[in-house]
Amino acid sequence: MIEVRNLSKRYGRALAVDDLSFTVRPGLVTGFAGPNGAGKSTTMRMMLGLDRPTAGEVRVDGRPYAGLPRPLRRVGALPEGRTWHPGRRVEDHLRWLARTNRIPRTRVAEVLDLVGLAGAAGNRGRTLSLGMAQRLGIAAALLGDPPVLLFDEPLNGLDPAGIAWLRALLRHWAGEGRTVLVSSHLMTELARTADRLVVISRGRLLADTTVAELSAGADSLEAAFMRLTGEVPR
Amino acid sequence: MNPQWADGIATESGSAGRALAGAVAGELTKIRSLRSTLWTLAAAVLVSGGLGYLVGLSFAAGFDRLPAEQRERFDPLFATFYGLTLGQLALVVFAVLAVTGEYGSGMIRASLAAVPRRGTFYAAKLAAVAASLAAVALVTVAVTFAAAQASLGPHRTTPGAAGVPTAVAGAFLYLVLIGLFAFGVGAMLRSTVLALVVLLPLLFLGSQGLGNVPGLRTVLQYLPDQAGAVIMHLTGPAGDPRFGRDFGPWTGLGITALWTAAALLGGYLVLRRRDA
Repeated sequence: MIEVRNLSKRYGRALAVDDLSFTVRPGLVTGFAGPNGAGKSTTMRMMLGLDRPTAGEVRVDGRPYAGLPRPLRRVGALPEGRTWHPGRRVEDHLRWLARTNRIPRTRVAEVLDLVGLAGAAGNRGRTLSLGMAQRLGIAAALLGDPPVLLFDEPLNGLDPAGIAWLRALLRHWAGEGRTVLVSSHLMTELARTADRLVVISRGRLLADTTVAELSAGADSLEAAFMRLTGEVPR
Repeated sequence: MNPQWADGIATESGSAGRALAGAVAGELTKIRSLRSTLWTLAAAVLVSGGLGYLVGLSFAAGFDRLPAEQRERFDPLFATFYGLTLGQLALVVFAVLAVTGEYGSGMIRASLAAVPRRGTFYAAKLAAVAASLAAVALVTVAVTFAAAQASLGPHRTTPGAAGVPTAVAGAFLYLVLIGLFAFGVGAMLRSTVLALVVLLPLLFLGSQGLGNVPGLRTVLQYLPDQAGAVIMHLTGPAGDPRFGRDFGPWTGLGITALWTAAALLGGYLVLRRRDA
C-alpha cells in the first residue's frame, strides 16, 4: 500500500507536483499516466525519498520510505534513468545491492535468470543494450522479493517480446497480492496492463479510477485521456 | 515473501547498526568491483615508490658535488617522501571517483533506494573509502621508504633513526587525510571533473613551489597539502624564510585534519540537503 498525501514539489518557480493525493492498493496493477512532464517521475522519486517533497508526504506500508528497515525487501523500484556504473559487472551491481539489505547472495543468480540476463552476468554495464539495461533495472527491483513494486517507464527500451513478457509479469505479481505501480506516457500500453489508472497533468490529479470507467463514453481510451489532460491530437 | 529470509523484516532493535554494517559491506563491494580502483591504487604505490627511488638515486649520485653546507644539512627523509607528492594524486582520484562516480553514473538513485538514510549512506561510504585509503597508504609509505633507502645507498637512513618513525607515521596519516579531503570535496561538488579541477591544481601548484614563494607563502602554507608537508620533511627547517613553515609537524598535520573535517562536513550537508 502506498499513500500519497497532499504531495507538492517546487523547483524554483515551477511547481512540478501540485497537492497530489492518491492511494495505490495491493493486488492490482495501477497505471500512473500523464503526458511527458506531468510530474510522474518526480512523484516516484519522492516515493523513494530521492527528492524531498516541498509539502506533503508519501507513506509505504504506513511509514516514510526512509523509515523502512532494509527497504529493498519492502519496495522494489525501477527509477527513471540509469542506476548502475558502466564499469561494473552486471552481477557485481546486484551483489552490492544485495549486501546493503542483507539479501542472500544466491538471489542474484535467481533474479538474473528471471529477467533473462543469466548469460550477461559477467558483462560490464557499458556493454548492455537498452533492453538489457532495462532488464537489469528490473532485476535490481526484484532482488528483495518485495511486496511493493514501483516501475517508472519500464517499457522504454524493451522490444515487443519484452513488453509482452513484462506485462505478464506485472499481472502475475498483482495476482500474488503485491502492490504494483507502473508509470507510462503510453496510454494504450497502460490500458492493456493496468486495473486502475491514476492520471496526472501539470502535477495535478485528473483521475483516479478504473480503466473501464475512464474509457466509458469516449471513442477510445486515448481519446478519453486526451480529453482529460486537455491535449489536442497532433 | 521468501521464507528462507525469515530474519527478513527484523525487529527494530539494533536495526540502525545493522543497516550501517550492511551499507559498509555494500560500499566495499562497490570499491572492489571496479577496475579503476585497481588502477588508481596501484598507481599510488608505483608512482610514489618509483619517484622515491629516482630522487634517492639522483641525490646519491650528486651528493659529492653539493656544497659542503648542503651536504651537512642533507635530510634523507626529503628524498624519501618527495615521491608522495605525486603519488598522492592517485589516491585523490580514487577518493573522488568513489563519490562522484555515484552521480556521473546515476547509481546514486540505486544507492539511496537501498540505503535511504543519508547519514548512514555517507558514513558507510566514508568508512569503506577510509579503510581502502589506509590499507593503500600503509603499503605506499612502506614501499616508498624502502625504495628510497635502496637508492640512497650510503646516505640512507633507517626506520629506527631519530625522526624517522614520526615522519613515517605522519606520511601515512597525511595520505589518508588528503584522500578523505578529496572525498569531501567530491561529495560537495558531485562531479568528477569539477572536483579534479579544484583538487589537482591545488595539490600540483602547492607541491610545485607556489607555497614557497615568499609573499604567497604566508597564506599558502596553510593549504592542506602544504601544512601536512612539514611532518614528511618536505619543507625547510623551522625559521627558513623561504621553505620553512610557521608551525611544527604535528600542528601542520592538525591543519590538514581541519581541512579534511571541513570538507567531510560540507559533503555531508550537501548530500543531506540536495535531491539525488
